Amino acid sequence: MTAALELRNVTKQFGSVIAMADVTMEVTAGSVTCVLGDNGAGKSTLIKTLSGVHKATAGEFLMDGQPVDFGSPRDAIAKGIATVYQDLATIPMMSVWRNFFLGNEITKGWGPFRMLNVKKMKQLAKQQLLEMGIDLRDTEQPIGTLSGGERQAVAIARAVYFGAKVLILDEPTSALGVRQSGIVLKYVLAAKERGVAVVFITHNPHHAYLVGDRFYLLNRGKMTNDFMRSNVKLDELTVAMAGGAELEALTHEIQQVKNS
Amino acid sequence: MANAVKDERVQKTSFITTILRRPEFGALMGALTIFALFSSVDTTTNFGQLGGISGWTDIAAPIGIVAVFVALLMIGGEFDLSTGVMVGTTGLLTGMLVTELGLDIWTSIFIVLVFAAGVGLLNGWLVVTTGLPSFIVTLATFFVLRGANLAVTKQFTGTVRVSGTDEAANFEQAEALFASKIEFGGANFQVSIIWWIFFTILATWILTRTKFGNWIFASGGDANAARNAGVPVIRTKIILFMMTSVAAAFVGIMFVLRLKGMQAGQGVGIEFFYIIAAAVGGTLLTGGMGSAIGATLGAAIMGMAYIGIPYALWDSDWTFTFLGLILFTAVLINSVVSKRAMKGRKK
Repeated sequence: MTAALELRNVTKQFGSVIAMADVTMEVTAGSVTCVLGDNGAGKSTLIKTLSGVHKATAGEFLMDGQPVDFGSPRDAIAKGIATVYQDLATIPMMSVWRNFFLGNEITKGWGPFRMLNVKKMKQLAKQQLLEMGIDLRDTEQPIGTLSGGERQAVAIARAVYFGAKVLILDEPTSALGVRQSGIVLKYVLAAKERGVAVVFITHNPHHAYLVGDRFYLLNRGKMTNDFMRSNVKLDELTVAMAGGAELEALTHEIQQVKNS
Repeated sequence: MANAVKDERVQKTSFITTILRRPEFGALMGALTIFALFSSVDTTTNFGQLGGISGWTDIAAPIGIVAVFVALLMIGGEFDLSTGVMVGTTGLLTGMLVTELGLDIWTSIFIVLVFAAGVGLLNGWLVVTTGLPSFIVTLATFFVLRGANLAVTKQFTGTVRVSGTDEAANFEQAEALFASKIEFGGANFQVSIIWWIFFTILATWILTRTKFGNWIFASGGDANAARNAGVPVIRTKIILFMMTSVAAAFVGIMFVLRLKGMQAGQGVGIEFFYIIAAAVGGTLLTGGMGSAIGATLGAAIMGMAYIGIPYALWDSDWTFTFLGLILFTAVLINSVVSKRAMKGRKK
């Protein structure tokens, strides 16, 4: 089966700084691929390369086996790559349905009299959100009145509805509490069920392990590990993410301090 | 079924919140209060009658026409301080095209509207390319035009005034359309009121019922998130600047047709009236929220104050002070009410 999205030896340099070196990864449809990394590991660079903000310095970028080349985020969106950013996903003062259809408004009428089909959009937004398991009383309420988890969920539902083949989630749970994170993870799985290739970028191995099918570990701009769910345990993931050997050395040092 | 019932109950309890959450709610209350106030202190018994209404709507109409588009621009997250002087510039330009070049009135009007759109385009383009605040960019435009108004007028006419616009061919047609009076119930209403209503409806329709309106809210609410959703933020903002300039030009043309001439200093300072009207009408200065109807109500409040104060035999020197207090009070109430309403919706 060809991967929905594939990077082959992709490198991104900013002047003399190598932000991402020789990264190879594969994302299949109907699965959740987690990219784990600590601060400064190159997660942002990876997201921005995938979503068309940055152009890779070297390497190949393929979708469904075909090489692609994005000049802008709009190109990436047109190819079916949707990115849900941590805090830049929705516009707080706008209503839920307006946010849901922002940039993809449904209109009726012709020429200068073309206008929004408000009724249809409200109804569709409510129905689509319900299908993803989000039950909102009123889609007319400003999205800023929803909780952080619900806002992320709406953004995910929106991406899925507009036919995202690849859904990139940038730290969707990092600003959320335990319950809220649970809500978001539920929608990550709902998106997977619908056959979307989900790229879940996070620094939280616990959240990743709950939903992930495959785990890539990013450290200092390089892919250090590649685990399938079947052959990795949560502890191993956590240790590997924290830099494995480094963490052992640190534990050893702390022990020494305690003993002395 | 149980769900549906629950849903309806929620709808009912939140009805008042829905009303309070409307950005123009405060302006409507304000307009009613001001109307009641001046009706009660009125010494001419005319304020609430058709004659009085024709008076204050005559003041409010030219403010309202520009203010609704200024509100749109502000909802889009930008400012335009050059709107007031633009009224003068476009009036003077119309006059000079007629008197100096001998053009007929329709050609002159057409050229002036294109010119205004060009200035708006320049404002918008400068704001998006330099990344400077629109407050500064349009303040610069304001001063550039203010100087040019005086210098160019003096250069061509030798005075600080352009006059004799009525010599233009077809002047009467344009006057009938933009600067005539309509008798209604024994009072003379300016035709500008009809244009005011027309533009309020147009702007409201654009804002709430078109794709472009959705993009205005998004651009002002969070430009980054809007861009991520695929909204052409730059194009939206530039078009808003152009619409605002053209609205100011429309009012400039109305004035020059009505007065048959124009002073070089005309319009300077009115830009704040537009901004006040928009702010009183519930438009957020930081963008993302507001309404065109609110701006129109704000303009109506200003018109009522202008006529109501002399009718009450108050010292009209205090008009500006009065407007200042209204601005502060209205925006304060708006912000308190909308915060409450937002909170009321939290689960």
